Amino acid sequence: MLEWRRRREPSTLMLALSPLIAIGLTMLLGMIVFTAMGYDGFHAVGSIFLTPFLEPQRWADIGVKGAPLILIALGLAVGFRANVWNIGAEGQYVMGAIAGTGVALLTYDMTGWWILPAMVLAGILGGMAWAAIPAFLRVKLQVSEILTSLMLTYVAVQLLYFLVRGPWKDPGGFNFPQTRMFTADQTLPMVLEGSLVHLGIPVALLLAIIAWLLMEKTTAGYAIKVVGLAPAAARHGGFSAARTTWATMLISGALAGLAGLFEAAGPFGQLTPQFPVGYGFTAIIVAFLGRLNPLGIVFGGIVLAATYVGGEIAQSTVRLPQAATGMFQAMLLFMLLATDVLVRWRIVWKRRTA
Amino acid sequence: MNQPREQEVPPRLALAHISKSFPGVKANDDISLSVRPGEIHALLGENGAGKSTLVKIIYGVQQADEGSIHWNGEPAAIPSPKAARKLGIGMVFQHFSLFDAMTVIENIALGLDEAVDREELKRRVAAILQSYSLPLDPEREVHTLSVGERQRIEIVRCLLQKPKLLIMDEPTSVLTPQEVERLFETLRQIAAEGCSILYISHKLHEIKALCDSATILRGGRVVATCDPKVETTKRMAELMIGAELRKIEHGKAAGGGAVRLEVKGLSLPGEPPFGTALDNVSFEARAGEILGIAGVAGNGQAELLTALSGEQLAAAPEAIRLDCKAIGLEGAGARRALGLACVPEERNGHAAVPDFSLADNGVLTARHRLPLAPHGFISRGAVRRFADGVIKLFDVRTTGNAALARSLSGGNLQKFIMGREIGQQPAVLVVSQPTWGVDAGAAAAIRQELVDLAAKGSAVVVISQDLDELLELADRLCVINEGRLSAPRPVASLGIDEIGLMMGGIHGAEEPVHA
Repeated sequence: MLEWRRRREPSTLMLALSPLIAIGLTMLLGMIVFTAMGYDGFHAVGSIFLTPFLEPQRWADIGVKGAPLILIALGLAVGFRANVWNIGAEGQYVMGAIAGTGVALLTYDMTGWWILPAMVLAGILGGMAWAAIPAFLRVKLQVSEILTSLMLTYVAVQLLYFLVRGPWKDPGGFNFPQTRMFTADQTLPMVLEGSLVHLGIPVALLLAIIAWLLMEKTTAGYAIKVVGLAPAAARHGGFSAARTTWATMLISGALAGLAGLFEAAGPFGQLTPQFPVGYGFTAIIVAFLGRLNPLGIVFGGIVLAATYVGGEIAQSTVRLPQAATGMFQAMLLFMLLATDVLVRWRIVWKRRTA
Repeated sequence: MNQPREQEVPPRLALAHISKSFPGVKANDDISLSVRPGEIHALLGENGAGKSTLVKIIYGVQQADEGSIHWNGEPAAIPSPKAARKLGIGMVFQHFSLFDAMTVIENIALGLDEAVDREELKRRVAAILQSYSLPLDPEREVHTLSVGERQRIEIVRCLLQKPKLLIMDEPTSVLTPQEVERLFETLRQIAAEGCSILYISHKLHEIKALCDSATILRGGRVVATCDPKVETTKRMAELMIGAELRKIEHGKAAGGGAVRLEVKGLSLPGEPPFGTALDNVSFEARAGEILGIAGVAGNGQAELLTALSGEQLAAAPEAIRLDCKAIGLEGAGARRALGLACVPEERNGHAAVPDFSLADNGVLTARHRLPLAPHGFISRGAVRRFADGVIKLFDVRTTGNAALARSLSGGNLQKFIMGREIGQQPAVLVVSQPTWGVDAGAAAAIRQELVDLAAKGSAVVVISQDLDELLELADRLCVINEGRLSAPRPVASLGIDEIGLMMGGIHGAEEPVHA
């Protein structure tokens, strides 16, 4: 019979392997579920997980969808390490886009190299300001940031709806609920001519390396990890939990805001009610798939971006509904949490003794 | 068939060739022992000798891989603690399982296997308290009780089951000397009524005073069975440790140095819900001396340590002075940079991060005084060298500086933590329970380090519940009781009874219950 045995030390092999096992199990279960529902399960899974990687023309697409996921997940992971559970990145992402768009609308009839950097700065500050509210409530009043950050997401989305339908509505837009299109000086430059690969993609990769250096090489990263793992030891070592909460919330807000600005000034080029697509929530899965490690998050971001791209492919090839993408993402998180058990436990085959 | 003759009464409990392995360690290796009816049998050994595993097997918490158990001459299987209690085996654990916010009688009712009518239970408990003259008020809430009183709850719980064998796991580790004496009287009476007692301890003089026979374990094996009343303490200690005992070497008489740490009128609220407030604590520690702070657990020791370490700030800067500098409002990092090092009682999670390597744990408190993280960047090389140095100098048994703190035994982790602090040459070292749960060999090494540090001109403050340790180490001794600190007295002038009374405070003078 099978028996669970506790490992003496967490397995580093399983730490690296369990995300891969989770992906494998998700593919297998997805195949079974969609076959049972009457779809071509085999091809559905192939379209979602393999086609995006096999067709080079999809790679730019993966990059465009992966960049915001990676940016947001980097910030979330820093917080998660410190036991600060910001799950309202979607709201900070929207607020970053709103703040950047505000600058764009103010500078609509101007030109200059400084406009895009000003929008980037506004985006970062917008995300930080939105994250500062749960940070303040947690530090001063011990209110759970899980609830406050999540609820503020809906506030941010409603604010977006109000702005694009009211004060910020494009005067020449035939009454559609959307802002003006951004000008050339307000749009992210392309890194590769003639492709979709915008500046946000290399920036996300660069920030992943910086986040890795922060977590692994600096006293600040050390403090974040100690506060998360052993709060009493952190106090003993002279680290302030309140300061760490502030710092990690602001970092994750800043990165989510930056991602929102990049998305607004990149693929969208304006704000519309369709702007919030759930990257802030999907990034939670990316953070865990990457084991809260900045370099792992690059991998996780690519996988999740591929499911978005693959989900679109599967809509046309096997006629899967759009919701299938979300279902695969949720299954992936579920499997990931389940396979995590293998890090601390191992399965042994034990013959029953009479 | 022949009737067994009088001297062939089968032993109450007989273990034959018991072995039990865990991954990487053989906790029990071919252990045999037997306990006669009414005998008080000592199970003696250091931490990690296999005592706990053996007892868990007897009490049905764990199953042996090999070997057999006989109960009153009959082969017995003990698959669960419930089965053990059904046979007549009771156990008082070292750590009590009591609900602080409930009364004594409610706690007893919760621990019973079968539901008993409340009035009936009250009557039975009162009868037990009466017949063993145990002072305990069944209606008091547990958080108002001393540790000795809490232990009596556990004993009453066992006695209600009318046990034939009572297992006591390190019962005296938190008791005052008077409470120990009272416990021994109770245990002798229980044994005289025919109940066997398996008494687990590493305190030799207690075993000499109480037990009829002793089984000594080392490294999971039985190394000797002896009569503790005949065998010398020194010989038993050497059997237990497997080496000759090292005597602590004190330097020349100390105490005349300059005041390095001065605490004046320090008051702090206790941590909720049942913390103890510090009430106007004042003392000074001088260069070259070891100041001992005795006291029963939960009388403000933890609060005093966090107040000194800077985890809790004082109300005014002048409440704490280090080398004449007022530091009452400085944080933990600043105090350490100035030379005040502290070692809290809890190793995993307070003094060290369990999931960090030893190297990383060095950074936690050594980065203020040593160049481990210049300009906020951790220097891997310096961190590893520091950890390696501590491991080598303080003889930490580990696979290396990459080993996780949680993988080390209590004694080895404590050696690393002490080494981390002493290696920084602090002006003042405050340490709580320096040898709690540490094997005798490591404890001796740690105590020697403390003496050596004081000899070099630092002031050392040792907060401990272990009186033997304080009497061995300290030059002056004070007692903390309900958050108040007594005036220090030179150890040479103190008798153990006197200390015991100071420690007991108002708990020492309880009246017996009138049932």
